[in-house]
Amino acid sequence: MIRPDAPVLLEICDLRASVEEQPILKGVNLTIRAGEIHAVMGRNGSGKSTLSKVLAGHPAYRVTAGSVHYRGEDLLALLPEQRARIGLFLGFQYPVEIPGVSNLEFLRVATNARRQEQGLEELDTFAFEDLVRERLKVVQMDPAFLERSVNEGFSGGEKKRNEILQMALLDPLVAILDETDSGLDIDALRIVAGGVNQLASAANATLLITHYQRLLDVITPDYVHVMAAGQILRTGGKELALELEESGYDWVDAELERLEASAPEGLAAAQASRTPAEVG
Amino acid sequence: MVAIPVGELRVQSRSLPGEAWLTDLLSSLPVLAGSAWLASQQQRARQALAGESLPSRRQEAWRFTDASAITAIPAHRLERLAAPADLPAPAAQVLRLVLDGRGDPLEGLALPEGLERLDPAVVEALCGEALDANGATAAWPVQLNGALADQVLALRVSQPLPTVLELVSDTGDAAGVLGLRLLLVLDPGASLEVLEVHRARGASLTSVVLEAQLGRGARLRHGLLAQGQPHQPAAAADELPSSAGAAPVLLHHLAVVQDPGSELQLTAAVSGWGLARLEPMVVQRSGSAFTRLRGLQRVDGRQVVDTHSRVLFAGPEGRLDQVHKALADGAGRSVFNGAVIVPRQAQRTDAAQLSRSLLLSDRARIDTKPELEIVADDVKCAHGATVSRLQQDELFYLQSRGIAADQAARLLLRGFCEEVLAELPAPSALWQPLALLMGEEPAP
Ligand SMILES: Nc1ncnc2c1ncn2[C@@H]1O[C@H](COP(=O)(O)OP(=O)(O)OP(=O)(O)O)[C@@H](O)[C@H]1O
Ligand SMILES: [Mg+2]
Repeated sequence: MIRPDAPVLLEICDLRASVEEQPILKGVNLTIRAGEIHAVMGRNGSGKSTLSKVLAGHPAYRVTAGSVHYRGEDLLALLPEQRARIGLFLGFQYPVEIPGVSNLEFLRVATNARRQEQGLEELDTFAFEDLVRERLKVVQMDPAFLERSVNEGFSGGEKKRNEILQMALLDPLVAILDETDSGLDIDALRIVAGGVNQLASAANATLLITHYQRLLDVITPDYVHVMAAGQILRTGGKELALELEESGYDWVDAELERLEASAPEGLAAAQASRTPAEVG
Repeated sequence: MVAIPVGELRVQSRSLPGEAWLTDLLSSLPVLAGSAWLASQQQRARQALAGESLPSRRQEAWRFTDASAITAIPAHRLERLAAPADLPAPAAQVLRLVLDGRGDPLEGLALPEGLERLDPAVVEALCGEALDANGATAAWPVQLNGALADQVLALRVSQPLPTVLELVSDTGDAAGVLGLRLLLVLDPGASLEVLEVHRARGASLTSVVLEAQLGRGARLRHGLLAQGQPHQPAAAADELPSSAGAAPVLLHHLAVVQDPGSELQLTAAVSGWGLARLEPMVVQRSGSAFTRLRGLQRVDGRQVVDTHSRVLFAGPEGRLDQVHKALADGAGRSVFNGAVIVPRQAQRTDAAQLSRSLLLSDRARIDTKPELEIVADDVKCAHGATVSRLQQDELFYLQSRGIAADQAARLLLRGFCEEVLAELPAPSALWQPLALLMGEEPAP
């Protein structure tokens, strides 16, 4: 839902980041307001997951320029755990297995860290079990998964459901879901997407990274962005995703060349001067 | 800031060359009256040690382990140990025997049906047999134990026992040397759960030799919880010069002989000692038995823990499932050497050994080595060893859920430890093995 007067939750300006001295993000601009659902699409290796990890604060990525503000606060100055506590959530493309750490205990510690920040009381084991059982319904997950180690031996689809369960417990303001639809069977896709819809509200925002229209059939995006070579190359409405489904990414190369020609010192310079609304 | 005079920190810093230490110790030991057999055993061990020194790093079995910490322990036997003060109340179905090397731990106790004191004549016949079978009779820690021990706690189990036997020693703040000698005989078909606990804070050396014989079809589930100096923060120990050496020492030999059809499950968790050397050794006398070994050791500060395990299959169709884990922090040193011996007659042996170590500091050191001697040709022997750090992706995943970095690291370490601790006999929970292993203050 687009409301021009809704508060800005996330504002990314000319964000550049490297991994092992290799630039990956080359000037990303994006503004997300409360109530909005954004989809980011783009070829493999274009930098989508890198953007999500930089926002969440992964230590392997070094921000070299630009800024990110979360509700007006300098997000990049915060530790990953602080970002999570104030309401940023990343659903991982590849959720990590953690042997020996019980899923239930992990979910409880995480939930209490967030609740403390929200000024809510900490939940003891019993109160938490009640909450988690209720939230399990959002993703129709078997409670047996609570007894196992975090993601250990979970199937691909089970891991993704576990991510959305965490989202349901942590009640984020900005949720970045990195290919949450990949690896899901048809029914699971419907359940997970339904869960995301259920959690979306006028107060929060969602950034969906996806390759396929089938997710966007269930979750209608307000904006669709196409990422290429570490930048957002084009932004449009939900019809842009349908266009891509038709015609693929062939136009991307031409567009990149055109940009390069117009800005000899690099793509980013041309991009940096535009506001997100002007792009596309 | 309060300045601490260095002299006060160096409790018992008087450090002797190994030979002088041993001479001092031997000359302080009284001659045993009473059992002629035991007195002669003692005499033999003392003679074997006379003129010896400590184990040296020139010996292959001690290559990574500096035993000189022993010389910082006062060279006399602990003759009167105060009854340990802060033991948790024993759980239901637990028979607790407190061992101090002097008093009779069975005195005044009603033993449950199926558990009895072993007949002295049988003790004389069986004592030393499992050590011999494991080739450990002449090992230095075993000789030292023989020179020290004035008694053998020898028990026979004749049927499945519902009671958990807790064997506890705690030298507290005492300084000196304690020798404990035990023998467990499980009749065919008998079963027993043992939780062995050793604690120490002061400049003490605890020497333990435990032999066990498992008859056909017998089952022994044995937990060893060895907790040194839990109250001294590891960081402070790290700052001390190595000569400060007030940290306790543990020398532990466990020698087991298994008959066919028997099952041994041994789980050891060790932490907090200045020096700990553990040698669990098992012979499957005619093969066809099952041995499950789990080990977890943690070093911090300048601590050294060395586990040398040895499993010998003297007959066909034996099975071994071994996992050894280590955590090395501070400037600690962790050593694991896992010998698995499969001679020609041990066809169709199925053995797996895995060693997993976490290196938590740049100054810590881990040496881990499988030592497989396989002569039989029709066998399955798998082994693997990994040394790694905490995984960045695992830490980040937890942090991205609002869990602070230090708490995330703790969760990961706990997970690493829990996999082993979960296998200790149930009454171990009262001893709070996880908190102590992690160097945390135990809950009241
Ligand atoms: N930790 C890393 N080390 C080295 N290279 C990296 C690292 N992370 C990302 N890259 C590189 O950065 C580029 C962008 O990767 P990223 O994972 O962001 O792509 P993506 O758009 O999410 O692709 P996909 O659609 O396949 O998930 C790739 O070329 C990738 O190899
Ligand atoms: Mg990706």
